[in-house]
Amino acid sequence: MNNSDITVVVGMSGGVDSSVTAKLLKDQGYNTIGIFMKNWDDTDEDGVCTATEDYEDVRLVAEEIGIPYYSVNFEKEYYDRVFEYFLEEYRKGRTPNPDVMCNKEIKFKAFLDHAMKLGADYVATGHYAQVVHDEEGTKMLRGIDNNKDQTYFLNQLSQEQLSKVMFPLGHLDKKEVRRLAREYDLATKDKKDSTGICFIGERDFKTFLSSYLPANPGRMINMDTGEDKGRHDGLMYYTIGQRQGLGIGGDGGPYFVAGKNLETNELYVVSGYDNEALSSSSLEASDINFINPVPETFECTAKFRYRQEDVPVTVKQMDDRLLVEFHEPARAVTPGQAVVFYDGDVCLGGATIDRIFKESKELEYLA
Amino acid sequence: MEVYADYAATTPMDGAVRQALLEDDGFGNPSSIHRAGKEARAKIEKARRGIAQLLNASSSEIFFTSGATEGNNMAIRGVANQYERPHIITTEIEHASVLNTLRSLDADVTYLQANADGAIDVDALKNSLRDETVLVSVMLVNNETGVMQPIYEIQEALSEHKALLHIDAVQAYGHMTVDVKELGADLLTLSAHKMYGPKGVGLLYKRKDVKLIPLITGGGQEKDLRGGTENTIWIEGLSLAMQQASDEMTRRSIREMQIKEQFLNLLTQSDIPFEVNGDVNKSASHIINIHFPFAEAEFMLTALDMAGIHASAGSACQAGTLNPSHVLTSMYGESDRNRQSIRFSFSYMMTDEEVEAIVTALEDIYGRLMR
Repeated sequence: MNNSDITVVVGMSGGVDSSVTAKLLKDQGYNTIGIFMKNWDDTDEDGVCTATEDYEDVRLVAEEIGIPYYSVNFEKEYYDRVFEYFLEEYRKGRTPNPDVMCNKEIKFKAFLDHAMKLGADYVATGHYAQVVHDEEGTKMLRGIDNNKDQTYFLNQLSQEQLSKVMFPLGHLDKKEVRRLAREYDLATKDKKDSTGICFIGERDFKTFLSSYLPANPGRMINMDTGEDKGRHDGLMYYTIGQRQGLGIGGDGGPYFVAGKNLETNELYVVSGYDNEALSSSSLEASDINFINPVPETFECTAKFRYRQEDVPVTVKQMDDRLLVEFHEPARAVTPGQAVVFYDGDVCLGGATIDRIFKESKELEYLA
Repeated sequence: MEVYADYAATTPMDGAVRQALLEDDGFGNPSSIHRAGKEARAKIEKARRGIAQLLNASSSEIFFTSGATEGNNMAIRGVANQYERPHIITTEIEHASVLNTLRSLDADVTYLQANADGAIDVDALKNSLRDETVLVSVMLVNNETGVMQPIYEIQEALSEHKALLHIDAVQAYGHMTVDVKELGADLLTLSAHKMYGPKGVGLLYKRKDVKLIPLITGGGQEKDLRGGTENTIWIEGLSLAMQQASDEMTRRSIREMQIKEQFLNLLTQSDIPFEVNGDVNKSASHIINIHFPFAEAEFMLTALDMAGIHASAGSACQAGTLNPSHVLTSMYGESDRNRQSIRFSFSYMMTDEEVEAIVTALEDIYGRLMR
């Protein structure tokens, strides 16, 4: 089949990565179509939809490379499936990963469905990951650029979803993508990369969260000494291992968040980066997704948070839960975050961290 | 096959109009007293006389504008600015240039709802009329559904009342007779690019004894009502387009009705479920609005565009996504219908094959969704 007979819908965000993605596909001769997703409503009180600079950039880039472009609105889907989950996790004192959920529910579900109904054969995005389609099905590999690899956020994608996906940037490093954007003189060539959570943007995280969830200040307790270390602003604002923003230091410091007690509304802190209270040896996880079949028990490497070095683990499947034993103690493993498994460069899938143990004792990360 | 079916959004410029415009260099400032200026002045006044005749008005009642948005602003603000917090009656289904203008005013505005047939209820208008009502602003033909508003009954309801009647007739001209006296208009707005004329020019009809406060003050042009050097060529383009549209109105509108009928027949013969929004018997010849109860308008418009079919729906947000139609919301309340409806608008120039191509594309899209 000729590439021109293959329709690829590119999720264009107005950023440099998806711009280069669209250009590469177009140059490879695919019937390329750009679609901008509007997932969050920042309409002001007067009902005016704010000029979306990102859409303007999609328009410019699409015109430059000569592809049709459209928009689609997934505000409702995003609110219901990603934002509600995000709030619910914070209510439970956990640290959610909305990007994982957004990929699972929006980009590679709602958007993928939309594209397929429009007659697309594939959906492409500017993620730094690689998909390999062969007789055995589809595999997802890390992006070549180790520093940018985004498979962590894509761990919940199914075989079915990935079979319709292309990641044209997976074999490039970020510098190369920038260089290509300049070479093609795309309108987004010098655009700053977006950082943080998309719906919060440049705003202050605490202020944002406090407008959706009531903040409930309480006491900070030194876990080792029982000493009262002052007031915290609300348990939801803190994550395990966090150092910044505690407002305590000086004698005995630096201090780190080592647990939350939702019943007493106490935040546990400990002194010292290497404090034993932050160290764990295994975790239990749910929301299991394996992209390709795996044995009931197996050894592999895992990440407990984005951009962390892989660590060797043993994974045991028990019905709808996973037990993950670390070969070396791990620091500040956080409930709500994803644990993602790798066999070399192949991403095997992942799960959501629920409980953390040290030897057989459950840590009071979340009591 | 590329099919443009969005003629209510804009029309291509008529060949004869375009040719005439190319042949005129539009030189001369109509306000100058030398010969070059006088030549330009003569052209403008000739256009004004011709247009006045077409509308059954006198030439001193025709004021050239940059289009209907300006005309609607001139009419509404020009009246409202004479009063302190005036009472104005309009409908929920007006064009944004009327609704947003009224919203921006310090005025007491009554917005009349449309019925399921797409027209407003004249009794509701009568009931909301107060002694101090200064203006009633109602469109002649709705731009989304094509449904004609009961202007003659409105005129009758206002016959004993001092309130002025402003008619946005943008979607009517060329498809039906627009006679300012018959319509009882005190103010009436038109735009050239909806009738095969150029973009950026239109007119406001203002009955002789109606007083307006000008929005744009300047060098006294348009009898002090609209400052700024007149765009001679564009005004001639408006005049020519209006003349053509008037001469050919019967032929054009009959062809538009044939196209609409062919379209509805083909749709009925297909498997595609659909409902017409508003009463098709009350709608102008060139517009039809259809509810497809199986897909969002945003999806349908994208799928249609990918198939080369250009149609429209509601109003687009700046990020390119669609808002639910305020017109359909007025007619049907909050419902999926407001997000699942598409406007097709036709031209006398369209071929049977083009109409068939639209329905074929719709069948393909529906088939893909049902697969």
